[in-house]
Amino acid sequence: MSHLFEFATIDLASKNSVAEQHDRLFNRSKGRARVDLRLIHQLHSLIRFILLQNRQGKTRLAKYYIPLEESEKHKVEYEVHRLVVNRDPKFTNFVEFRTHKVIYRRYAGLFFSLCVDITDNELAYLESIHLFVEILDHFFSNVCELDLVFNFHKVYLILDEFILAGELQETSKKAIIERMGELEKQE
Amino acid sequence: MAGPSLMDSLFQRSVDDIIKGIRLSPPGTESTFIAKSLDEIRREIKSTDPQTKATALHKLTYLHSLHGADMSWAAFHSVELSSSSAHSHKRIAFLAASLSFNPSTTEVILLLTHQLRKDLSSSNVHEVSLALSTLSSICNPDLARDLTPELFTLLSSSKIFVRKKAIAAVLRVFEQYPDAVLVCFKRVVENLENGDMGVLSAVVGLFCELTEKDPKSYLPLAPEFYKILVDCRNNWVLIKVIKIFAKLAPLEPRLGKRVVEPICEHMGRTGAKSLAFECVRTIVTSLSDHDSAVKLAVGKLREFLLDDDPNLKYLGLQALAIVARTNMWAVLENKELVVKALSDVDVNIKLEALRLVMCMVSEDNIMEICRILISHALKSDPEFCNEILDFILLTCGRNFYEVIFDFDWYVSFLGEMARIPHCQKGSEIESQLVDIGMRVKDARLQLVHVARDLVIDPALLGNPFIHGVLAAAAWVSGEYIELSRNPFEIMEALLQPRTSLLTPSVRAVYIQSAFKVIIFCLNSYLKLNGDDPSYPSESTYSDVKSDYPGRFETVASQLLSDTEPDNPNMVVKHGQKPSVSSKMHHLTLESLVALVNLVETNLGPLAGSNEVEVQERASNVLGLIKLIKPKLLGCLDTREGDKANGELKASEMVELIFGAFSEDLGPVSLNAQERVPVPDGLVLKENLRDLEEICGDIELPLSTSFSLVKLQTMDATSNLEHHSKEEFEPSTESTSLLAEHRKRHGLYYLPAENAGIISNDYPPAHDPKDKASDETEDLVKLTEQSLVIKKKPNQAKSRPVVVKLDDGEGFKVAAKAPEFKADLISGAVQEVLLGNEATTSSSRRKSSKKSSKRREMDESNVGVPESKNEIVKADMPEIGFSSSGRRKHHGHGKERKHRSSGKDKVHDHKDKQKSEHGHGKHKSRQRADGALAAQSPVIPDFLL
Repeated sequence: MSHLFEFATIDLASKNSVAEQHDRLFNRSKGRARVDLRLIHQLHSLIRFILLQNRQGKTRLAKYYIPLEESEKHKVEYEVHRLVVNRDPKFTNFVEFRTHKVIYRRYAGLFFSLCVDITDNELAYLESIHLFVEILDHFFSNVCELDLVFNFHKVYLILDEFILAGELQETSKKAIIERMGELEKQE
Repeated sequence: MAGPSLMDSLFQRSVDDIIKGIRLSPPGTESTFIAKSLDEIRREIKSTDPQTKATALHKLTYLHSLHGADMSWAAFHSVELSSSSAHSHKRIAFLAASLSFNPSTTEVILLLTHQLRKDLSSSNVHEVSLALSTLSSICNPDLARDLTPELFTLLSSSKIFVRKKAIAAVLRVFEQYPDAVLVCFKRVVENLENGDMGVLSAVVGLFCELTEKDPKSYLPLAPEFYKILVDCRNNWVLIKVIKIFAKLAPLEPRLGKRVVEPICEHMGRTGAKSLAFECVRTIVTSLSDHDSAVKLAVGKLREFLLDDDPNLKYLGLQALAIVARTNMWAVLENKELVVKALSDVDVNIKLEALRLVMCMVSEDNIMEICRILISHALKSDPEFCNEILDFILLTCGRNFYEVIFDFDWYVSFLGEMARIPHCQKGSEIESQLVDIGMRVKDARLQLVHVARDLVIDPALLGNPFIHGVLAAAAWVSGEYIELSRNPFEIMEALLQPRTSLLTPSVRAVYIQSAFKVIIFCLNSYLKLNGDDPSYPSESTYSDVKSDYPGRFETVASQLLSDTEPDNPNMVVKHGQKPSVSSKMHHLTLESLVALVNLVETNLGPLAGSNEVEVQERASNVLGLIKLIKPKLLGCLDTREGDKANGELKASEMVELIFGAFSEDLGPVSLNAQERVPVPDGLVLKENLRDLEEICGDIELPLSTSFSLVKLQTMDATSNLEHHSKEEFEPSTESTSLLAEHRKRHGLYYLPAENAGIISNDYPPAHDPKDKASDETEDLVKLTEQSLVIKKKPNQAKSRPVVVKLDDGEGFKVAAKAPEFKADLISGAVQEVLLGNEATTSSSRRKSSKKSSKRREMDESNVGVPESKNEIVKADMPEIGFSSSGRRKHHGHGKERKHRSSGKDKVHDHKDKQKSEHGHGKHKSRQRADGALAAQSPVIPDFLL
């Protein structure tokens, strides 16, 4: 641990000097940076979060693409579950959620919910949820809820191949399956 | 604390053990199991053995992401583990970091900088991809700034999936650190011409995001996007690119003309509903002035509406709502489908349909639409029923009842809505009833009828949701009692026993209305017997009445009509002495006494009420009755006696109170107070904190007022008498008290002369200025109306005047959202796009995006780079500054060979870039040349 810490300190020092250089060059950059944190909320067509919950409201996967406090995350999960759990299968797959829109799809006892902007393309995201489920199904060969629990880290890996920074990365099932095969070999 | 022992490592539980343990633990003990596991993890995670540490962190991540356990305390351990050489450990560490770090609050993020840099430049693509994923999750300004050079390199990585991820991650970096745009933007743009779908999708997604924020900066890239729009066959990319054009098209009409055709083509050809819908949405939002395209889009929408899939139906309705803003015909064409959707099972669809129905509202069809909606409201669930009512109220009340022509109908309709069993919109109905009463004189008669029906119905009193409506009805009944057919009936309604169910504030309104009714009755009676020609308030009275010459029926005539049906014109008007006054007098006097007795018995108990409002108002009425009653009885007993003398004082008082009530209440302008000029020398902003110290010991009278209730009721009569005297002569007592106070705290009083000015200068709420403007507005309104009527001869009667005050009232233009600080990213992008244009005189790349004119100019300047540079420096000092920053920036990146510190080397750099990319660019330029069309000389057409 001690050697790690030393290395960390050195790193911090070098970072500081770099930072100083930058501050000299862009004498506004410090102020800018602070303002920029708010820009995140201006993003429009990004996925805000993806949730995987079972009927009881237990979260099986939660990935947020916007920074949220832990307490806020739990609130969101609770609210989204309440919104989708009692909807009739005959209903639309879209629900308004605060100022956004949740697009959800139910597979057996699991709800896959994506939160996107109100003007975004609902149908495309609905299709992408299905694609994600197909990938999971293929990867775990006939996926069930327990697979997702015991292999939660792999689910996150697949998700990272599928969505990055709130942007859909890959629309080809084959490509993702191949990538996952390569990653498995790394272990 | 003892370090983790070997035993710990040997017998460490795995993630699977934890998961199984949680699943096996009996219900309710889960949390204790988790707490125990967390204790273990806390111990294990300190281990120096990376495997033990990794397992502990893995378990913690599991508990965090699936069971919500806190793991912020372990942030440093993630950082430590991230430097492990084993890929699986690294993966665990970065997963933990990306799930638990908060970019703005986790301080140890900075310690990850070095590791991330190392991994981003690693030769192992998996490490690179892992680092990119992590960076995109936890990016903060410092990370963004420090890792920009690495990202720049990765943007042209030969590994497609790395490049793809780098493009996605670069968006986060741009957000956090806009100066990164100066470095990376060019490479990002180059990727637009990449043949790989994944890369293209990522880059188009990135631009879609950027364009959303500030479309203008990306107009120069329109040709590249256009090429993708025409050539690409990937639905996802097409959706994104169409989204981009939806933002760009409104900025440049010629662009709209170019893209409308391919978009329509996609819409017609594609089988993917998502793409078709995106085309539709883009056409109706951004290309709505292309009629043929809109027609096609509406045709497509109809397919959606007719589809069984509720999703498509919902989206169809949503898009239709957008079309409605510009092309109303589209909604009318699909009217029956929209109305059908009102009875859908899904509340989303119903709401959307409702919104659309409300869009269709005009003055011609408002009655029909409201009828349809009410019938729907009656059979829907309470929630949707109220949603409907809300929409109706909102639409009808919008802009001073713009769409309402027939107020008699609307007022009755409001009454009808209040009676709907699930109605919870009482407060809105309440305010509209009162508002119409004040604004629309012609509607008052009907309003009083509606109010009577509401007040008189004992069943309504049990529903707390419509107490607001009842309050309004009671207020209307009291305020416009002279329009009522039978004030006695109203009085009985106002005092009915079930009023005890009302909330105190509503009850207070009831009592106040009863007060008005009784005053009105007394006054009418006095007037009937008024031999005295010099009634002080006669003129006021007649003013009110003369508005309704034909309809007005008084108490007396109503009462008389039972006995004398042949005398219906028994109208109390000044100047018209009733010929049968003695008979009426007889009838009225008795009924009056009965009325007074009724009031007394019903309000008597309320004088001891715990609610101040109720208690006070009841006491007021009772006080009046105490004063009046002996006189009335006296009249009854000695009919021919000294009636005149006895009644004189009471009648004067009644007159005065009636005078006060008969003053018409009107709406008060929101700006009324602003219009009051601030007198000179009035200091409004002085700090009065020391006043608090002085007055600190003065207790608020509030606490005592409750204990005084008893006393007050006992002395009610005498108090009232005292007060009524005070009304006539200014109290000397209070003035002397005031003077004393003034002497003590003279500092806080305004100078005497100023005070005088204030009281004189304050115009009443209805000052003449207001009136004048009202009249002109009314006039305008009237002329407008007459025009409207000419257009629509089927309107039986003209729309009544709706009193409006100044323009400011009602619609305050929504305060403009504070302009966001100049968008930094787009600023940087503009610098890059335009700056390159200007500085790199030889760069064909950029010029290919601009008009041919511009290109020619650039090319003609090739020979004189020095002077060009001079101009640029003079014009945009910013550019030179930034580019030097950028060079500096590269200083610690991989691109060291490009680096130079002197300005004179800029061209070397550019030339190098040119030679690198010149070939690919050349092709695109040729294409561009081919497509050149005649252009207006001023604005460059971005779509070459």
